[in-house]
Amino acid sequence: MTNTTRIENESRRRFMHGAAALTLAVYLPASTAAGAKAANAANPAKALEPNAFLRIGEDNSVTVVSKHLEMGQGSYTGLATIVAEELDADWSQVRVESAPADAKRYNNLLWGQAQGTGGSGAIRNSWEQLRKAGASARAMLVEAAARQWQVPAAEIAVANGVVTHQASGRKARFGELVRAASELAPPAEVKLKDAASFKLIGQRAPRTDSVGKTTGTAVYTQDIHLPGMLTAVVAHPPRFGAKVKSFNAAKARAVKGVVNVVQIPAGVAVVARDTWSAKKGRDALTVEWDESAAFKLGSEQILDKYRELAKSPGKVAASGGDAERALGAATRTLEASYDFPYLAHAAMEPMNCVIRLDKDGCEVWNGAQMQTADQAVLAKLFGIAPERVRINTLYAGGSFGRRASKEFDYMLEAAHIVKAIGGRAPVKLVWLREDDMRAGYYRPMFHHRLSAGLDGEGAIAAWRHRLVGQSVLAGSFFAGAIKDGIDFTSVEGASNLPYAIPNMLVDLHTPEDIGVPVQWWRSVGSTHTAFSTECFIDELAQAAKKDAVAWRLAMLDKHPRHTAVLKLAAEKAGWGGPLAPGKAGERRGRGVAVHESFATVVAQVAEVTVQADGSFRVDRVVCAVDCGIAVNPDVVRAQVEGSIGYALSTVLNGAITLTDGKVDQSNFHDYQPVRIAEMPRVEVHILPSSANPSGIGEPAVPPLAPAVANALAAATGKRARRLPIATDMLKA
Amino acid sequence: MAQLHVNGSVLEFEAEGDTPLLWVLREQLGLTGTKYGCGVAQCGACTVHIDGEATRSCVMPISALTAKQKITTIEGLSKDGSHPVQKAWAALDVPQCGFCQSGMIMAAAALLKRKPKATDADIDAAMTNICRCGTYNRVRAAIKVVAKGGDPKSAGLAIQHVNPQTGSKA
Repeated sequence: MTNTTRIENESRRRFMHGAAALTLAVYLPASTAAGAKAANAANPAKALEPNAFLRIGEDNSVTVVSKHLEMGQGSYTGLATIVAEELDADWSQVRVESAPADAKRYNNLLWGQAQGTGGSGAIRNSWEQLRKAGASARAMLVEAAARQWQVPAAEIAVANGVVTHQASGRKARFGELVRAASELAPPAEVKLKDAASFKLIGQRAPRTDSVGKTTGTAVYTQDIHLPGMLTAVVAHPPRFGAKVKSFNAAKARAVKGVVNVVQIPAGVAVVARDTWSAKKGRDALTVEWDESAAFKLGSEQILDKYRELAKSPGKVAASGGDAERALGAATRTLEASYDFPYLAHAAMEPMNCVIRLDKDGCEVWNGAQMQTADQAVLAKLFGIAPERVRINTLYAGGSFGRRASKEFDYMLEAAHIVKAIGGRAPVKLVWLREDDMRAGYYRPMFHHRLSAGLDGEGAIAAWRHRLVGQSVLAGSFFAGAIKDGIDFTSVEGASNLPYAIPNMLVDLHTPEDIGVPVQWWRSVGSTHTAFSTECFIDELAQAAKKDAVAWRLAMLDKHPRHTAVLKLAAEKAGWGGPLAPGKAGERRGRGVAVHESFATVVAQVAEVTVQADGSFRVDRVVCAVDCGIAVNPDVVRAQVEGSIGYALSTVLNGAITLTDGKVDQSNFHDYQPVRIAEMPRVEVHILPSSANPSGIGEPAVPPLAPAVANALAAATGKRARRLPIATDMLKA
Repeated sequence: MAQLHVNGSVLEFEAEGDTPLLWVLREQLGLTGTKYGCGVAQCGACTVHIDGEATRSCVMPISALTAKQKITTIEGLSKDGSHPVQKAWAALDVPQCGFCQSGMIMAAAALLKRKPKATDADIDAAMTNICRCGTYNRVRAAIKVVAKGGDPKSAGLAIQHVNPQTGSKA
């Protein structure tokens, strides 16, 4: 790893002091400069680097190298906590920096030979790996101390970054042992701690990124500014699948600051000295589009197609017993269909990427989720070896799956632009919010149709669940996981329904003629399957005249984790007890949902107040979560709070719609995320667990919408079957 | 050359008059703590203070400003993250991805200056910034910590952060 690739994401030197700043045309993250300085020093400080994941300096600093992107979920903090725990470091000496792209050293152990962050797996796949990394370094420090002090290693203790031999009274801080320890070979085997002796894991350690993120010094891709760098804004076609037919750049080139206008596969790029000039240049550009292959259907037409498809059986994703026969034999049958729109991820930092070609190859600044796939694609485009594509992984200003770009869309735009200008300058691709909102790679639209049969005792005898929607995995790095025509992410949460139902069938239609690019969106298939299954179960409970919690529990015998979170959420929410009445004219209700995703099980109880005009507010959400060992319970809480906010947007307003193939929305005025006034009170209860950690970045998203819809049904008697929920249907 | 008064100094730069203040701050003056999120004054990631008032800089053309107006960005709110709002924010670990937080903090600082005992209703009205990570409940809690005197410990939420730059405890 060269010094230039070692971008520390923690902080950036503030050098702008008054008018003196004007002489500086260039600003770089301080660590780049500091790194170069260190490399030039005559006697560089020694560091102990027992493995690829940490470095201990003579200054006592413990630097954890994160193979995972920090996109808000607290992974830097959690990963560092695991290392620091086994190392017995003091939290104050711990820093985090991002790893260079390297599929061999930094692969995601859940993904095979690829580095990447996603599927709520950062902590899950790193748990053993980082515990061993920390323990190994600890053993080397102990061995170095034992040799120096000539005492048995077994008599040496380590705590809070200090190595101690009690009998002789000798002590050393890590830094004092670095030189001696770095002469030793890492141990072949290490002993990991018992959970009972954890000091950091399970406690609230402050996030490593909070200072940078409260002082404006944390560095995102948007903040990168390289010497001679140009900024590009791209004119994209108005419909998916359209291409450039011709363009006239005369007016664009006349805009002050515009340097070049180039055609790339995705459209026409205006390259300028700064973002505003590039944007004005794009405004002045005229492009004629070839729409012969463009997708021209609107959302309602797509939905009509899906409803038609849902009339016939799809490919079987899961089955048990004989659902069709049992439906025919049922005492009572119920049916319901559910519709879900496209959803934009709409991360706060619109997509962007900086690429520089140089004599060594190519250097990239990005905050992306799949570094080594990106690396391979860029290597191919530039015709160089993958290791010559050096990727600096910066903080991402949110992602929610968007920056795990399955077709490398925004990154390739940057690459094609830098290629088109012959690599003469580094290029920063900037997407304006409108570009980001309309670029596709959405959560797919889905249509679900459910049928169930109740027997004479009111138990569910048959369950049939049919889903229609585009495949997210198709065309992606993970396409190989599509088996027998089933993309498991289309049916996850439906095909593994936890309830004990003797006859069940889940089948899937995957239309391939819809030209809207789709991608994984925070909690993927569970964004829709949790809603349809948990709303329908609730409706069946009502039909069977059973309590919604007791009814679920009766069918969850074989799922102790579901049972535990459901019971805990119900208890903490006062389920079964009276709900405080609203003001005159207000209707109130309470609803529940439970769902497993990414190996974590979450139950939520929502309370709502509905006005006479149908408008409503979610007042309170009580959440119980089993995510195995909570490495940092406060980060777990934050993820649950945030997931509830993210999911609530899909209940209240979230929808990307198309008219004649054009995306109707463009910015936050017509794709309205939840704001502070709409945010419910959130109470989070974490189940004690001794199991290895499971996911937490996504699993609290799925239960929110069904819990709210079920609460609305309790308040109004009306069942919402379409997201976002139209307030019209809730009028008194 | 145009001039603006930013974080206590008069700075000179070259930009067209229609350029929004946001882009001048970020790209001409190198003050990248203020973020671009929407360009249409919807999200508030670009919030700065102009004469103490929270302003969305993405729709404020520099031609509408003079060097007499005092502009403060997140970099000028305090030198070292010691403004009470920043301290409360760090103590409660408000940020997740962090991208909106400079704007959130600037909006909160302006609110608390205007209404030191900000109520929930004041917060709802003033804090219209968007956070896609959904940090809203911590934003509210942090504002209340400051409104109650600024001691995060009083809220039982104190956690000690280490400045990654200096290693000192903040």
